[in-house]
Amino acid sequence: MSSNSFAYNEQSGGGEATELGQEATSTISPSGAFGLFSSDLKKNEDLKQMLESNKDSAKLDAMKRIVGMMAKGKNASELFPAVVKNVASKNIEIKKLVYVYLVRYAEEQQDLALLSISTFQRALKDPNQLIRASALRVLSSIRVPIIVPIMMLAIKEAAADLSPYVRKNAAHAIQKLYSLDPEQKEMLIEVIEKLLKDKSTLVAGSVVMAFEEVCPDRIDLIHKNYRKLCNLLVDVEEWGQVVIIHMLTRYARTQFVSPWKEDDGVEDNEKNFYESDDEEKEKTEKRKKPYTMDPDHRLLIRNTKPLLQSRNAAVVMAVAQLFWHLSPKSEASIISKSLVRLLRSNREVQYIVLQNIATMSIQRKGMFEPYLKSFYVRSTDPTMIKTLKLEILTNLANEANISTLLREFQTYVKSQDKQFAAATIQTIGRCATNISEITDACLNGLVCLLSNRDEIVVAESVVVIKKLLQMQPAQHGEIIKHMAKLLDSITVPVARASILWLIGENCERVPKIAPDVLRRMAKSFTSEDDLVKLQILNLGAKLYLTNSKQTKLLTQYILNLGKYDQNYDIRDRTRFIRQLIVPNEKSGALSKYAKKILLAQKPAPLLESPFKDRDHFQLGTLSHTLNTKATGYLELSNWPEVAPDPAVRNVEVIELAKEWTPAGKTKKENPSKKFYSESEEEDGSSDSNSDSESESGSESGEQSEEGDSSDDSSEDSSSDSGSGSESELENKRTAKKNAKNKGRSDSEDGEKENEKSKTSESSSAESSSVEESSSDSESESESASKPESRKVTKEKEKTRQDRNPVTKDVSLLDLDDFNPVSTPVALPTPALSPSLIADLEGLNLSASSSVINSRSSTKPCSAS
Amino acid sequence: MKSLSDFGFRVIQEYFLMCNKYKLFFSQKMIHSLFLINCSGDIFLEKHWKSVVSQSVCDYFFEAQEKAADVENVPPVISTPHHYLISIYRDKLFFVSVIQTEVPPLFVIEFLHRVADTFQDYFGECSEAAIKDNVVIVYELLEEMLDNGFPLATESNILKELIKPPTILRSVVNSITGSSNVGDTLPTGQLSNIPWRRAGVKYTNNEAYFDVVEEIDAIIDKSGSTVFAEIQGVIDACIKLSGMPDLSLSFMNPRLLDDVSFHPCIRFKRWESERVLSFIPPDGNFRLISYRVSSQNLVAIPVYVKHSISFKENSSCGRFDITIGPKQNMGKTIEGITVTVHMPKVVLNMNLTPTQGSYTFDPVTKVLTWDVGKITPQKLPSLKGLVNLQSGAPKPEENPSLNIQFKIQQLAISGLKVNRLDMYGEKYKPFKGVKYVTKAGKFQVRT
Repeated sequence: MSSNSFAYNEQSGGGEATELGQEATSTISPSGAFGLFSSDLKKNEDLKQMLESNKDSAKLDAMKRIVGMMAKGKNASELFPAVVKNVASKNIEIKKLVYVYLVRYAEEQQDLALLSISTFQRALKDPNQLIRASALRVLSSIRVPIIVPIMMLAIKEAAADLSPYVRKNAAHAIQKLYSLDPEQKEMLIEVIEKLLKDKSTLVAGSVVMAFEEVCPDRIDLIHKNYRKLCNLLVDVEEWGQVVIIHMLTRYARTQFVSPWKEDDGVEDNEKNFYESDDEEKEKTEKRKKPYTMDPDHRLLIRNTKPLLQSRNAAVVMAVAQLFWHLSPKSEASIISKSLVRLLRSNREVQYIVLQNIATMSIQRKGMFEPYLKSFYVRSTDPTMIKTLKLEILTNLANEANISTLLREFQTYVKSQDKQFAAATIQTIGRCATNISEITDACLNGLVCLLSNRDEIVVAESVVVIKKLLQMQPAQHGEIIKHMAKLLDSITVPVARASILWLIGENCERVPKIAPDVLRRMAKSFTSEDDLVKLQILNLGAKLYLTNSKQTKLLTQYILNLGKYDQNYDIRDRTRFIRQLIVPNEKSGALSKYAKKILLAQKPAPLLESPFKDRDHFQLGTLSHTLNTKATGYLELSNWPEVAPDPAVRNVEVIELAKEWTPAGKTKKENPSKKFYSESEEEDGSSDSNSDSESESGSESGEQSEEGDSSDDSSEDSSSDSGSGSESELENKRTAKKNAKNKGRSDSEDGEKENEKSKTSESSSAESSSVEESSSDSESESESASKPESRKVTKEKEKTRQDRNPVTKDVSLLDLDDFNPVSTPVALPTPALSPSLIADLEGLNLSASSSVINSRSSTKPCSAS
Repeated sequence: MKSLSDFGFRVIQEYFLMCNKYKLFFSQKMIHSLFLINCSGDIFLEKHWKSVVSQSVCDYFFEAQEKAADVENVPPVISTPHHYLISIYRDKLFFVSVIQTEVPPLFVIEFLHRVADTFQDYFGECSEAAIKDNVVIVYELLEEMLDNGFPLATESNILKELIKPPTILRSVVNSITGSSNVGDTLPTGQLSNIPWRRAGVKYTNNEAYFDVVEEIDAIIDKSGSTVFAEIQGVIDACIKLSGMPDLSLSFMNPRLLDDVSFHPCIRFKRWESERVLSFIPPDGNFRLISYRVSSQNLVAIPVYVKHSISFKENSSCGRFDITIGPKQNMGKTIEGITVTVHMPKVVLNMNLTPTQGSYTFDPVTKVLTWDVGKITPQKLPSLKGLVNLQSGAPKPEENPSLNIQFKIQQLAISGLKVNRLDMYGEKYKPFKGVKYVTKAGKFQVRT
């Protein structure tokens, strides 16, 4: 920074030097506050000079200071003309800072901002993808309505760019343009539709974000991309994962039928996290024959499960809410472990996660019972965390654990944090009402607290005791007497009011004390809180009705006091009570019923969790946290009664322009890519490979006999992707499906011959291709398809389409013959075969969409 | 005068806000603006990703802060008439983000923490001074990390390629040559399949270090029995390897790991099938996994505390006496012991004598800190003395709980052991090292 002041002083020579110099030193110090308005203006003059100098260093210094001004929230808009000239600077840093400035102020200086547009337009054509991307980023961030058409054009072009990175930025630009000019919606939806088809993991998150922003109701756009999104999910960057998971949750609620219906008698045993999936599934299937989960539904649940182990709390929460809202209830319990893990995180994450757990624990206690102790409170927790933990402990309390909990609560009651101690007392009250065995014990404990030294604790105890007594019409004269004594010492209005109310309600049980209390209250009436005054009036009225001999005069005295009270509420109440209880000619029929009205049997209050009503919000959302509907909250729809046609999700298999990229680099890259994704993405480099995979896949009917064992044997480094739990878990199913697959491939053997040579080229991918094939076949039933597996070559398409019916017949007939390890998994064939047919039909090529895909298939880096 | 000019700007900002009002009706997702606020309530940095939101929106935050008594209790999510404020508190700074529509709150919170982590990473500390000194870098970072309110580049490897972290040497060079801290080569990582690793890494000494750090969270009750205890661990890695190494790390006893969360570089499938951590690491320091040890295992508690704290009724003093001793320490030395006690509000002063180490008592915050150091079993450290209470005030209900910190080198208390580290994909022989440390996490003794 010191260099700044040098540069400044050098340039600001001349007459004003001394004056300016002083200001400069004061303003340049990094943390110094800018002085007066006037000095700001002069300083800006100076910045202008620097910006117009020939030296990059001076310009850079000026820009840095301007950014400093912006960071402080100072207005730097008048420098716009000087800054905008530097938009074409060769120096990257200057350029960057100018961009930062432009984005911030263009809106205010629209005419001048237009000067910069041509620079960006040029940059949009730059051979370097990163320059194209950043030009699009800045161009779309300039909120100048007049350039909307230019932006639209740029977005359209960028959406068809060869580089996935540029396409990602195009997806971001869609949202910006939409917020600038919603009129463009239709056109933007077209672009979104196009980008949704993109197979790059880079693009997926951003385009779904744009979708959620622009047209969240166009669920039809998702159908065809559903399976792809599910499969890509693991490889998308974390922020994209959150957005996609939330969107898919909404989608699934509209497309699948509820898995809960016959699931209610859940066995709530805690499931081992790593318990193999197919065991689980078998169980699920046995339990409810009539309901079969849509394979696409299963696919989503299975593919999101590993994300529970993400380091990103938002991702874990997103998966947790997905399981909560979508999975069969028996499976949802696996999320509790991960949520409890998040409690180790910082307080903000704890706060949100605890809120969500609180909501969940009301509905399904069993989920969190094993982790009861994780919710124990530490004295160093912030109060808001403590109260949330307390809430959860209350929800989890049951006959079995209540004694441990009560012991724990005893520690909390003594806490120095009185707000928390008060909350604990309420909690004890709630536990006491929920679990009848301990009601008496709790009541005794609370009465002991009445002698506590802290007023807040006593007051809270009084309030809770009042509620408890109300629930138990049994005799509790002793407690009431004890509380009546407290009236002398206690000053908290709510507590005083509670005691008075209790005495009024039970005035017949404590006939001696009640009138005396009224006498004392009459004395102090004028100095009481409004809340207490109302209760004194009530008490007087009740006593007047039950014991008018002793209290008539007292009550009338109180009514007179009330008549002239400052508070209109009290005056109103006084007037009402007088009319009601004092019989005179004007009082109507009501006074006959006065006793019934005032001393009616009152329903006991329900001590409920404050989180009770939150469950209608989707978990993990802002609305859930605030317990009000936030702007832009999208309702999670109810399960449909009848599932919409699942065939809409079948994807036409698209042929990729077969570019056999000469190996070399491509080959080298492949292994590393395969490592990271079972569902391989986009890039041309892998396309050649995936092409071959699909070929070998469809041809591997023969190999599928050994398909089962191949999972393990093929576990060499490069086949990592395909293997893993999924294929293992699906073994049995797969075996069966392989047979179908076999049938199909048999019929195609003829065409295959010429392809085989190519297949062998991809020997590196061979081992995995076995699995690809298995998953391919699986996809017909389970749709756990990998994108590659859908890429079947063009030559085959026609014939396949023609032969489809035949193929299907064969596969179904031959099912048993080709089943090598026939396992008695009861697959509900009727439910599956339609989707099978549909899937096979879906294998044909749509010419229209081949464009985008052949584009996406080219190498991403080719541009740079 | 400052307030006057501020007012001027406020007016102008409000005006622009009005001009743009019609736009606000259309939903604008995710993070709209960010304000950094220091402890004394000054907004010292603001950044807007969409249209400008006036600073006055922070008034709602200040209101909530006032209500909350202490900083820890400021609610992370605040609703205001037109916006929602989601904030985090880190290193005595508030990061307050302005949101306009529904968004998963954890998404924003996690992102804000990532921003704070990045500042920490770049400037060595995340403090007001550091941020103000590097305001330009901060702005550049924020610009890269969010686009239109949606996270763009958050991996430190990528960011460091885009924007070079400041070093003393570089700032000197920069000021002489006028060159910049913006990378002149554009990063490739964002485009590759391994977005967390930068390309073209070269080291002369290839090293890979792993720190297995385990923390014991425990609540010990009055009588010394364990109410709750569990072990949470992390493996932090410092990897300085050239090229694109592909590592796999295996354990002697992976079954101990009950619940694990992974850095994105780790292959889920490999872990699920073989219990091997297989990954291409980012360059530099990063957290590989964090884990929880299964709760079936009994947790060894390495220290015990004998305590006797009492306040006399109707007198203005009390007695304080604690002694610490080793329990199940697996034959290792327990070091770095610190005891922190939040004394009740009525305590005025404490007059204590430690047999070892030194103690401080802050009469304002009422926090007693005893820096003990090492335990030598021959002579157990203790701290004894008198407590002065405010005269006339009732004696405290409850004795304060003791928060204990300690450290045991060369030991992972769960017994977790790294078996081997293999490297594929590169030819050189790296130097490998594993270090184990056990620490106290949230270790609390109730008295």
